[in-house]
Amino acid sequence: MSTFLLEIVTPERKVYAQDVNMIVVRGIAGELGILPNHIPMVTPLKISSVKIKQGGSEQIVAVNGGFVEIRKEKVVILAESAELPGDIDVDRAQAAKQRAEQRLSAAKKDEIDFRRAELALQRAMNRLDVSDKR
Amino acid sequence: MAKGMREVKGRIKSTQNTMQITKAMEMVAAAKLRRAQEAATAARPYADKIKEVVGSIAAGTKGVKHPLLQAREIKKTGYLIITSDRGLAGGYNANILRKVFVTIRERHKSADEYELFVIGRKGLDYFRRRNMPIRQEVTGLSDSPSFADIKSIANQAVKGFEEGLYDELYLYYNEFVNALTQIPTEKKLLPLSDVTAGGTAGVTSYEYEPSAEEVLNVLLPKYAETIIYSAMLEGKASEFGAKMTAMGSATKNAQKMIQSLTLSYNRARQAAITQEISEIVAGANAQG
Repeated sequence: MSTFLLEIVTPERKVYAQDVNMIVVRGIAGELGILPNHIPMVTPLKISSVKIKQGGSEQIVAVNGGFVEIRKEKVVILAESAELPGDIDVDRAQAAKQRAEQRLSAAKKDEIDFRRAELALQRAMNRLDVSDKR
Repeated sequence: MAKGMREVKGRIKSTQNTMQITKAMEMVAAAKLRRAQEAATAARPYADKIKEVVGSIAAGTKGVKHPLLQAREIKKTGYLIITSDRGLAGGYNANILRKVFVTIRERHKSADEYELFVIGRKGLDYFRRRNMPIRQEVTGLSDSPSFADIKSIANQAVKGFEEGLYDELYLYYNEFVNALTQIPTEKKLLPLSDVTAGGTAGVTSYEYEPSAEEVLNVLLPKYAETIIYSAMLEGKASEFGAKMTAMGSATKNAQKMIQSLTLSYNRARQAAITQEISEIVAGANAQG
């Protein structure tokens, strides 16, 4: 099976760099399955998990925002934060989720706080989701 | 004991204590410097990549229009200044703050013409004392700040420009050359001009989903924030470099001081002994 190099980079470090067979990401326009020799493309990502297929196994990574740059032989995901399931602090994500939910119920719909709380909730849910599937 | 000997001894002792502290601080700063440099290197791939993609979009699509790229008539200016929380770092804070202060004095007549974003307690105190308008501040950052730590201030700084609160944004930080040299640097962050000017030739042309503008909308603010983050990391490295050098020279000075004090102590001791002997001899002679 042909492979391509996948790199996941955050401002702090390189989280992941390996040859993989296929990845599935959720762009803002919809879900994308990427195989080797994909046409060069750039798209922003939603706060979601990225599925990585490598050999016979499958792995997921929690990716928070950012975008993906696809080239024929290499794919780079640039995200503000990205965590492998083992790196996720479940307690912290749990606490963040509760905090965000509280704020959502307290804030009025049109405020900026509401947007921020919503994003925080998405991030927390995404992390919990990924760590559950481990 | 002769007069003064006890005092000299006390001074030697206290200088020795000071030296111990400065030496410890030097070593701590050296260790932190290494870590800060590593963090700065680790952040580079992300910044490079974003720049590359933004550059290729800008080069590939003619006439991109985005508020972050557009120069406007300048009515108000934003300044983002990166300083440290703690002192004892030689000229680290003083240099950058002086540079900012002098520039602002030259460029602006009244306080309505500019706004400050300040990172670090030293800068905050300095500008507060001078009653300059501070829009947002961040203090108490850890020694290896994460992107999340400065995200809010970076976000605000970029958003302020987008919303037209000010028409240009300057970034001030200490550029890290090596442990001995840090250069206070001014960088024009917004409007982003160097992106389109680069005209990166030979880059892959991409498909954009949903569209080039849409992608640019997401990327440009991120790009600006990334520049701020790398400046922050570089500032941290500079801080520890400056601190290491300052503490190193403090240790050296203490050593010199101890040496000269020891010399005068020994002299005083010798003089006391000589005097005692001559007294005994004089006494023995008088008897004999």
